[in-house]
Amino acid sequence: MAEVLVYVDHVDGAVRKPTLELLTLARRIGEPVAVHLGANAEEAAKVLGEYGAVKVLAADAAEFADYLVAPKVDALQAAFEAVSPAAVLVPSSAEGKEIAARLAVRIGSGIITDAVDLEAGDEGPVASQSVFAASYTTKSRVTKGTPVITVKPNSAAPEAAPAAGTVEQLAVTFGEKSTGTKVVSRTPRESTGRPELTEAAIVVSGGRGVGGAENFPLIESLADSLGAAVGASRAAVDAGWYPHTNQVGQTGKSVSPQLYIAAGISGAIQHRAGMQTSKTIVAINKDAEAPIFELVDYGVVGDLFTVVPQLTEEIKSRKG
Amino acid sequence: MSLRIVVCVKYVPDATGDRHFAEDLTVDRDDVDGLLSELDEYAVEQALQIAEEADDAEITVLTVGPEDAKDALRKALSMGADKAVHVEDDDLHGTDALGTSLVLAKAVEHIGYDLVISGMASTDGGMGVVPAMLAERLGVPQVTLLSEVAVADGKVTGRRDGDAASEQLEASLPAVVSVTDQSGEARYPSFKGIMAAKKKPVQTLDLSDLGIEAEEVGLEGSWTKVDEAAERPARTAGTVVKDEGEGGKQLAAFLAERKFV
Repeated sequence: MAEVLVYVDHVDGAVRKPTLELLTLARRIGEPVAVHLGANAEEAAKVLGEYGAVKVLAADAAEFADYLVAPKVDALQAAFEAVSPAAVLVPSSAEGKEIAARLAVRIGSGIITDAVDLEAGDEGPVASQSVFAASYTTKSRVTKGTPVITVKPNSAAPEAAPAAGTVEQLAVTFGEKSTGTKVVSRTPRESTGRPELTEAAIVVSGGRGVGGAENFPLIESLADSLGAAVGASRAAVDAGWYPHTNQVGQTGKSVSPQLYIAAGISGAIQHRAGMQTSKTIVAINKDAEAPIFELVDYGVVGDLFTVVPQLTEEIKSRKG
Repeated sequence: MSLRIVVCVKYVPDATGDRHFAEDLTVDRDDVDGLLSELDEYAVEQALQIAEEADDAEITVLTVGPEDAKDALRKALSMGADKAVHVEDDDLHGTDALGTSLVLAKAVEHIGYDLVISGMASTDGGMGVVPAMLAERLGVPQVTLLSEVAVADGKVTGRRDGDAASEQLEASLPAVVSVTDQSGEARYPSFKGIMAAKKKPVQTLDLSDLGIEAEEVGLEGSWTKVDEAAERPARTAGTVVKDEGEGGKQLAAFLAERKFV
């Protein structure tokens, strides 16, 4: 059976959920071989094996952290040459897409980004994408070389399928040009304790209607009652009420949760582009004409300052 | 010596318009108004600011696209770029990201550069991969997704805000930079700028000028193929209620019914 390379996204060996989704999708095409760069490969291999990785190619070097992107491309290329896979799957993070892009150039292969589904096809893997602010769904294939495909979070439900997950060391030689961009310093983000925006099953977002940074705790409380991530519209972010890392929309994150709650968001195309593929959409807005109501499964026309706290309280009491 | 900055920009269908696919499943660029991609305005802005800081700099704005793409170049020139290069060739129709990065790389080398700046992604295809591809093809450092950027003493420095961390980056020129929409509001062209842009040189190049074969680009030369493009069915209209004092509770009941609570 053909092997499929899966690039592992992890934090010090703790494998992130999108990678498990990738392993699940990879099994539709072939046998997943994971590529783990950085520390704690043995620890990661247990989880990777549980979700179907037959092998884990591991490499650890200071270069991965000290220089931007390119050393990881060297490693993924080394894995590609060692395995000759049927496809290479990479999580659709900002960095993941850059790694995939450079690999595609190097190995002379086509690339598809931001796939939301993946199936085996007669002429290679078929990737579904959601385009033009999610108004179209396309199905595409790579027609030259080995398909390099980046996959968005929440594209599949991770399914366990125990495999060996044998760790093998991957020899990587770094190119002279791969150490051109130095990471001089790195300031980790403070954890909010909430799920990561793109990976969350439920997202609660606030927009212009929230009226100020001082009112965002209202949105956060609702999110916490549901175990959700917090998002914000561009208007709220541009006004400085919430960090850009939480922005949902064309120039921010694109999310596809089971449930999306928009509070005080009108639903401009900019925002819809980032949330339109959510399974269930709920909105609270005082303007009955707001375009967001065209998308909703359930909408409440009303003042978010009374509706949101009532909703939060009701959820808490129902959850007991 | 003059700092040579090349800004790569894209002419895209207006995202607020009704965007469609043409019969060959390429982006329909005829039936919808086009404009300079909003995300590329940030690149033009940062190029202008870097040029203002430098003793001597020249900004060339570069695009690959059909005849109308000149509008995007004019906009960048009216913002303050010095000259423009338009790569236009019938054989380019349907070119994918790999092909586009090839054309841009050849054009950038043809123009001569110390610094290439682009936006973080286009607002139509939106892959966000061209800057990384360009760095790979040119064999120069990739300093991308910056929300702050500066050039001094032959080095480019900047801040890259990722999900897990914020990183301070540094690379020697020549380099490829991309900037995000957090890098700073783009200026509006002044009346004077708009008038001056009309006199600024726009050079047109075709594939043969860049030594690229027609087979390497276009729909036929593409490394990927779109087999299907289906309009997403409109979401079925849901229930919208007016809050009469119980709106929050009604919403909670809906969420409970859908098993979210």
